[in-house]
Amino acid sequence: MADATPGARPRPLSPHVMHWRWHVTMAASILTRVTGVGSYIGLLLVAGWALALASGPEAYDDYMGLLGSIPGQILLFGFTLAVFYHLAAGVRHLMWDLGKGYLPSTANATAWVAIIFALVASVAVWALYLLGS
Amino acid sequence: MVELTLPKNSTVGKGRHHPAPAGTKTVKRFRIYRWNPEGTGNPVWDTYDVDADAMGPMVLDALIHIKNDIDATLTFRRSCREGVCGSCAMNIGGRNTLACTHGWEEVPGKEVVISPLPHLPVIKDLVPDMALFYAQYASIEPWLHTTTPEPEREWRQSEEDRAKLDGLYECILCACCTTSCPSYWWNGEKYLGPATLLQARRWLVDSRDEATGERLDALEDPFKLYRCHTIMNCAQVCPKGLNPAKAIGEIKAMLVERVV
Repeated sequence: MADATPGARPRPLSPHVMHWRWHVTMAASILTRVTGVGSYIGLLLVAGWALALASGPEAYDDYMGLLGSIPGQILLFGFTLAVFYHLAAGVRHLMWDLGKGYLPSTANATAWVAIIFALVASVAVWALYLLGS
Repeated sequence: MVELTLPKNSTVGKGRHHPAPAGTKTVKRFRIYRWNPEGTGNPVWDTYDVDADAMGPMVLDALIHIKNDIDATLTFRRSCREGVCGSCAMNIGGRNTLACTHGWEEVPGKEVVISPLPHLPVIKDLVPDMALFYAQYASIEPWLHTTTPEPEREWRQSEEDRAKLDGLYECILCACCTTSCPSYWWNGEKYLGPATLLQARRWLVDSRDEATGERLDALEDPFKLYRCHTIMNCAQVCPKGLNPAKAIGEIKAMLVERVV
């Protein structure tokens, strides 16, 4: 990068992410990253479940009690949201890799579809689970 | 690297307020980023209450009116005033665009907030340092590369092949797209950014160019090309309606196609 005039004071950096007026596509992209990380955390929960299962009935009951608590259930609902959103976002990326969906209007629409799909699918899965138990 | 907040010397404080002249019927407020290398302290937001009837319809008209009649110290780049030169690219109402082709009435909200193109070193007020941007553009060698002997007259191209340059050649290198890209904000030193990559595609797809392989080799790098995560800000803000995200996708496809 070109140096400032010798002796001049350092140049400030112009405002960026905190100043930007977001499009839904930018939010959708960042959600992809966030839910990717969230899915890894969810995978730890699943690994913990397998460990508890291998450690005998008492450990298993304790672990299931933990997951069955209100914070545990909220965490699991978050995991469901993350998996469904990441799935939909993955489909968007596959579509782009096929060369389709690059028009801003299309990308806006698919971003909203991914977000709404994640919400509806998560609520539907949990409704089925809660009604079933 | 991701840094959500601005460095200490870059946070923007409150600046001067310039009230509207007495008797103004319709007042429009502009909040403009100011920083003077010869001054002291951090950048500030100056507010200007402007007589809406005294200026033309575009944001550039407003800036010129402010500079001519209210505050001659305001510094910005401009030239053609018709969306051809790309000089007056800046962030208006939180998004990058050309001041000359964007009406101030189109900006949502009560005030029109104007700042330099995002995440660049500021030279003065609305003038950012574009040196890295131009160096990256030069790095893709944006000219015709040939090995066959030069024809007696021009390099011929069919109408169909010429049509492949549509949507690419119109780029005016204003940097609205590149400086809208979060990937470029965090990895601008290594990622080439949307404008340069759109130009790279322009030369890759040119039927007269004979260095397609070398051009692709130069882009096959974890950072230069593949930092594009299809965030789409580039295509959303391009004042010429071009689609760098799509051009980048097409380069990625070319890289896959040549190995399968």
